[in-house]
Amino acid sequence: MASITLTHIQKTYGQGAKGNTVIQDFNAEIKDGEFVVIVGPSGCGKSTLLRMVAGLEEISKGEIAIGNRVVNQIEPADRDIAMVFQNYALYPHMSVFDNMAYGLKIANKSAEEIKTRVDKAAGILELGHLLQRKPRELSGGQRQRVAMGRAIVRQPQVFLFDEPLSNLDAKLRAQTRLEIQKLHRELGITSLFVTHDQVEAMTLAQRMIVMNGGVMEQFGTPEEVYNRPASTFVASFIGSPPMNLLKQAPGLPAGQILGIRPEHLELSSTGWEMKVDTVELLGAERLVHAHLGTETLTLRLDASLTAPTAGQILHATPKEGCLHHFNAETGKRL
Amino acid sequence: MIERNRWLNLVTHLVLCIGVVVIVFPIYLALVGSTHSAQEMAQSPIPIWFGSEGFTNFKTILMGEGEGVRNQLPVSRMMWVSLVTALCIAFGKISISLLSAFAIVYFQFPFRKTVFWGIFITLMLPVEVRIAPTYKVIADFGMVNSFAGLTIPLIASATATFLFRQFFLTVPDELAEAAKMDGAKPMRFFWDVLIPLSKTSMAALFVIQFIYGWNQYLWPLLMSTEERMYPIVMGIRNMTAGADSQVQWNLAMATAILALLPPALVVVLMQKWFIKGLVDTEK
Amino acid sequence: MGPDEIHISLGLIILNGDKKVIFKSKWLPWVLIAPQAVIILAFFFWPAAQALIQSFQQSDVFGTSVEWNGIENFASLWRDETYLASFKTTAIFSILVAGLGISLSLLLAFFADRITKGAWFYRTLLILPYAVAPVVAGVLWLFLFSPSVGLASYMLEKIGIQWNSLLNSNHAMTLIVIASVWKQISYNFLFFLAGFQSIPKSLIEAAAIDGASVWKRFWTIQLPLLTPTTFFLLVVNTVYAFFDTFGIVDSTTRGGPGKDTAILVYKVYFDGFKAMDLGGSAAQSVILMAIVICLTVIQFKYVERKVNY
Repeated sequence: MASITLTHIQKTYGQGAKGNTVIQDFNAEIKDGEFVVIVGPSGCGKSTLLRMVAGLEEISKGEIAIGNRVVNQIEPADRDIAMVFQNYALYPHMSVFDNMAYGLKIANKSAEEIKTRVDKAAGILELGHLLQRKPRELSGGQRQRVAMGRAIVRQPQVFLFDEPLSNLDAKLRAQTRLEIQKLHRELGITSLFVTHDQVEAMTLAQRMIVMNGGVMEQFGTPEEVYNRPASTFVASFIGSPPMNLLKQAPGLPAGQILGIRPEHLELSSTGWEMKVDTVELLGAERLVHAHLGTETLTLRLDASLTAPTAGQILHATPKEGCLHHFNAETGKRL
Repeated sequence: MIERNRWLNLVTHLVLCIGVVVIVFPIYLALVGSTHSAQEMAQSPIPIWFGSEGFTNFKTILMGEGEGVRNQLPVSRMMWVSLVTALCIAFGKISISLLSAFAIVYFQFPFRKTVFWGIFITLMLPVEVRIAPTYKVIADFGMVNSFAGLTIPLIASATATFLFRQFFLTVPDELAEAAKMDGAKPMRFFWDVLIPLSKTSMAALFVIQFIYGWNQYLWPLLMSTEERMYPIVMGIRNMTAGADSQVQWNLAMATAILALLPPALVVVLMQKWFIKGLVDTEK
Repeated sequence: MGPDEIHISLGLIILNGDKKVIFKSKWLPWVLIAPQAVIILAFFFWPAAQALIQSFQQSDVFGTSVEWNGIENFASLWRDETYLASFKTTAIFSILVAGLGISLSLLLAFFADRITKGAWFYRTLLILPYAVAPVVAGVLWLFLFSPSVGLASYMLEKIGIQWNSLLNSNHAMTLIVIASVWKQISYNFLFFLAGFQSIPKSLIEAAAIDGASVWKRFWTIQLPLLTPTTFFLLVVNTVYAFFDTFGIVDSTTRGGPGKDTAILVYKVYFDGFKAMDLGGSAAQSVILMAIVICLTVIQFKYVERKVNY
């Protein structure tokens, strides 16, 4: 197990004037044994970052250190890391056992040691009965577990996950999330997990990096990110339905954006006056979409209250201490 | 199809049957011809049903003895030459092209594009177009009348390389990356992962190249001046080289059957791969 | 290198898309390329260059002296009646072979597409000629048309035609055309069949619902959609007729009677190896090379468009 340190990381594609810099001066330190999630929209550079840590992508500038070792020039296989790919990347012609054993075979480990390690990993992931099957005979969830098993047998210092749940259906995704959590509790290996799904980030991360356009927007625990988003981007990216961001609101100074989460708006007799546009019934709660002057708002109301109807006028007050102010120009938190 | 038109169905099968008959008839006739004696085949009209001399005829030509063969090379030797040639060409081509395709797809090296187009240009140079100078090169190397001379100039085809390149491009990048992470060096990856995955392409290519090698005519014509290095397709041509009345059709037909049998077997038994190799790769 | 080779490669080149290059090594790729590169240099480029050079030279019969001839070899070819005749013969030959080969196989493929019962049986038998070497195909048809014992010549005699391909130019041409078409049908058939089967059933069904008869559907939907395949086969068949038919000619007519069936490739061989006219043969080779390149370029340009179709 080891820490991961990224210092002044830059990634540029192409040369000179035509170069396209996708990551500029990125810095982060991931503690030993920590589970860190990098979350952000497609194209924000999170996968690129992960691949640079893996050694699959060249580092244009800066240093990456695993443990205390700078790994810039070190081949992926020698970095003592293991990676779980989005599309599993299982060798189609090899059995599950051979897939997991491949890395160890190349490292010239003895047959007994290979068997021990593979059996142990298979035990943790409940793959014991599938060891002789080929990948094409497995379901998506099972394949993903084999991919994880392959990573586990290597007993690496660091686990890297590249959007491993994206190809699973919703139910399987939820299930596998729990398994990954369990795995981390048991093995405690430093993990870097990349995803575009903020739910995965919120549930899995001990700390998370929110990324946008190659830039780190915030690096904090899920609570910090949720309760004190550092920018409008983070505020709207994390949380579903997203935080309401208002350019105009009662009592809002000019040049500021006001943020208030849908669940922090309570119905009251006084307070902001808004007109209901649509209501979405979600069973346990309701999402009410309304507009306040020119701004649109979403409110999350409990299902026990009477449902508002379209066109109705509502009054709602933001909860104490739940208002967020952002600089309208930079988007940064004030 | 859509209509349940009985009349149309009848026509369909009729046309196809006629087509099949026309296509297969020459081969059928050859088979028949190979089972009769020389006299039976020297009169017109010749019989169109099988005779009883089949065994004798085949034995005669295979062994190269008995009346009517007159110091001619045993066909068994010629078949051996054809077999070795075909197998060498098929395996040779496949191996060389796998290596080249691997290099072109998975490595970055200077002049990579040049190499690629250089290989492409060879498409425009079928052997028929450069026969005299190529012969001279072979002669200079002293490779005339050898298996090397018969096979080596024909094994560096662009087709096979491009076919494998095409296939390698469809192998997910992640697979190579996972192998990298597992510590596999390039040749390890090539051998452990790429080759097993290429099995179908190799099979398809094998069928086509085996037939190509077995049926090679112009090249051996130039390369083999000694009879012992004649492939069977050359042998059969010599049997029919004389005046029409002199040709021993029964033996010639027997030889023809032997000449087309192995490729025909390969095509029929490996039909699936053969068709895949021809048609799929056209996309 | 046959026509199949050419077409396969062309189809493949178009689909570019470089991989994210994966492995780093300074020397390994060169080692991997070496076998193919060495063979190509020694047996393709070097001889081709030689052919090019020789085509501008004239050596005497003993091969001892060599003179630079400029384009004299080409010019004399241009003036040579037999060469021009050979050109004409080849042109007629390829038009016949390509035309017949394509139409007959289209017909067979159309009907083969309509059946399910017995499909394997028909298909297996129809692709047999592919396995037969051109020279063997020539021998088979030579047998059928043998003036003395051939069944076909026997039946022709019955209706008053005295068949003799050794004496009659038209008979000779007919013989090689038939043998060539016979051999090529399998190949064309397979491509057309694949072409028919790749037309979405929904298109045919929609047309049927719109009231189009089988015949109409063929003309207005299937045939137009087969244009890429047809065009492609046209080029391939032409190249085939130019080059791969050598064996057929050599086993049946040997270019005769006289030189009436001496197609270009046969002439190159004959002049170079039988008549020992190296300069002339080289010049002819160069011209053939130019023709192949043209055909290849046409195919290349067309296939590219085909992908955008």
